[in-house]
Amino acid sequence: MPKRIVSSLQGIGHRTLEGIWRLGRATRFFLLVLMKSATSLRRFGLVIRELYYVGVLSLIIIVVSGLFVGMVLGLQGYETLQKYGSETAVGTLVALSLVRELGPVVAALLFASRAGSAITAEIGLMKATEQLTAMGMMAVDPVARVVAPRFWAGVISMPLLAAIFSVMGVFGGYLVAVIFIGVDEGSFWSQMQSNVDFRIDILNGFIKSCFFGVAVTAIAVFEGYDSPPTAEGVSGATTRTVVTSSLAILGLDFILTAFMFRGL
Amino acid sequence: MTTDTLVEISDLNFSYDTRAILNGINMTMKRGQLIAIMGGSGSGKTTLLKLIGGAVVPSSGYVKVSGQVIHELDRDALFEMRRKMGMLFQFGALFTDLSVFDNVAFQMREHTNLPESMIRDLVLMKLHAVGLRGAYHLMPAELSGGMARRVALARSIALDPMLMMFDEPFTGLDPISLSVIGSLIRRLTDTLGMTSIIVTHDVQESLSIVDYVYFIADGVIAAHGTPDEVRQSVAPFVHQFVHGEVDGPVPFHYPARAYSQDLSLENTVA
Repeated sequence: MPKRIVSSLQGIGHRTLEGIWRLGRATRFFLLVLMKSATSLRRFGLVIRELYYVGVLSLIIIVVSGLFVGMVLGLQGYETLQKYGSETAVGTLVALSLVRELGPVVAALLFASRAGSAITAEIGLMKATEQLTAMGMMAVDPVARVVAPRFWAGVISMPLLAAIFSVMGVFGGYLVAVIFIGVDEGSFWSQMQSNVDFRIDILNGFIKSCFFGVAVTAIAVFEGYDSPPTAEGVSGATTRTVVTSSLAILGLDFILTAFMFRGL
Repeated sequence: MTTDTLVEISDLNFSYDTRAILNGINMTMKRGQLIAIMGGSGSGKTTLLKLIGGAVVPSSGYVKVSGQVIHELDRDALFEMRRKMGMLFQFGALFTDLSVFDNVAFQMREHTNLPESMIRDLVLMKLHAVGLRGAYHLMPAELSGGMARRVALARSIALDPMLMMFDEPFTGLDPISLSVIGSLIRRLTDTLGMTSIIVTHDVQESLSIVDYVYFIADGVIAAHGTPDEVRQSVAPFVHQFVHGEVDGPVPFHYPARAYSQDLSLENTVA
């Protein structure tokens, strides 16, 4: 069946080319958004409005998830650590896991499914209902007026949400370990304080969440702007935002961790 | 070009990839005129509006608006030109995240430095002109189709354009809303002294309000004239279109093989 083999090879080639084209389009769009960000920074009110939709409305899911993740960490950490008689280190364990990894990563995954999908759907629907064309015909650039403020709102809120996630997680760990189980409160906090380094742990975690913020929001605005102007097009784009940005977060996380903690 | 000509279209050709959409279009539109461009679905009417607005570039020929060739303008000059144009989209294209008031105020806030108190007065005046001053606080989702179209109309005349383009303004409206929009278009064209272009296939409503009609079929101008000339036209295409006849120069059937061949009847006969 050489014919079938040829056609399947052609299919692979076609999809590869298509993917590369898309990547190129996405990169160009990303640069375009950066170039047209002057309006957003000059009229910061536009960004603040989006900060509410992107950031404030994501707070509940971030706060509740952070609390539960921290509580689970406290419980699991205590169970393991007490076997070695070092249950007071549970504070350190909770804080380091959250600040270095779980805070930025889980918050970014939640952010992608809560805010990223909303951004894609909104921009995609604005495109499908000709709102973006109408804006262009009114001599207002939709990339500068619609896309850039949403992009910057996402970039700004991501590190803040990750920080809130970590704080809530530490509180959750404290609730379980100290209040419910009865680990000594003094050693819980003091061990955490002496073992968490500001530069190595907190700053690196912050840098991670900044990268994730840029990646998730850039994917979300591109998918929305690039979506076919139909109902299926918008729903497909929304799904792609969540899938692509989740993979991007996990991939980026590995690369960043390798650079930060192994000095590659 | 005389001074009272606002839009001049000369030997305009446009094709998507290899498919020709428009083929040698010539039109002249005077200031203060209300012009209808009619034709069947997919005849390139909306493309013509996009060409006038500079959203697409012609394959050859040109569109001149107030003496300037649109596709030769750079981005800034094109945006400058678009501030003098208004466009009403088929379903209004209101910004769904802004209230009626903010929709109408949008261009004033983007393009002028007017104080908010003056913007408020101007917005209320525009809304009053379309009869929706009392609806300024509503969101687009709370409006009926006809009301949304009227708000979009108020928004498109926000900066008093010299050229208004209406893309299928009558689609999907009940008879009352339809004549409201029709008479508003006529009235605003006269009071604001603008040139209006309506792309439509609503024959009766548009013939009753416009000054001049162009028919487009297969990418060329099939006929043109004043409404009276069009009504009395004996040209087969115009007659079919104005009277909505099922078959004629525009065939009922999509081109296909012979019917008998498609149903494999020929073999049985033989």
